Amino acid sequence: MSRAQITTDAIDPQALLARVADPSSGAVILFLGVVRNHNDGRGIEAMRYDAYDEMAQGTLDEILAEAEERYGVGRLAAVHRVGELGIGDVSVAIAVSSAHRAEAYEASRYVIEEIKVRLPVWKKERFEDGTSEWVAGRNPEISAEGGA
Amino acid sequence: MKVRALFFASYREIMGGADFDVDLPDGATVSDLITVLRERDDAAARLPSAPAVAVNRSYCTSDVVLAEGDEVAIIPPVAGG
Repeated sequence: MSRAQITTDAIDPQALLARVADPSSGAVILFLGVVRNHNDGRGIEAMRYDAYDEMAQGTLDEILAEAEERYGVGRLAAVHRVGELGIGDVSVAIAVSSAHRAEAYEASRYVIEEIKVRLPVWKKERFEDGTSEWVAGRNPEISAEGGA
Repeated sequence: MKVRALFFASYREIMGGADFDVDLPDGATVSDLITVLRERDDAAARLPSAPAVAVNRSYCTSDVVLAEGDEVAIIPPVAGG
């Protein structure tokens, strides 16, 4: 199984942790992004995530490889969920294990920040009043050499 | 040549569909494709003139020359996480 996944299934944090288990690790960081019940002062009932699945899988793989190389961490795995999610549901999970904590924290932070600026995923908020809107996102920065 | 243009999220709603086959002259660039797409109808004119684009699943700049069969995704501002 690839260490990067885009899935419609509920995310199982324990399963993700198991995938980064390593006897040489002294630190494991688990980051969970969850759907919250408000945004910009408006109440939210649910969130729908869409992805360009065929590209997102590869992009998430690239982000993990970059984090591995930059921070020299042992093992990484990440999963982003798509489809209809409710309040409190996990939308994204990142697990990193490493010999020491500093690089594990940094690698985890790198992965979520890169997801935010380049993973081809979009979300539509459904508000308590029944209306819905695409969340204003960020334009990926694209370099002339290709890649973001 | 023929390329396949893909749309997601808000752009899919603007275009009224997830994908379109588009005929372009040989040597056409990403930028030329966007121009053709925006001339499709009044709704399509709301697409930005220089959106983010991925060709065959990699982000690229608007001056990239397209080839027969390319998969060109027009990428709205992303909002993952």
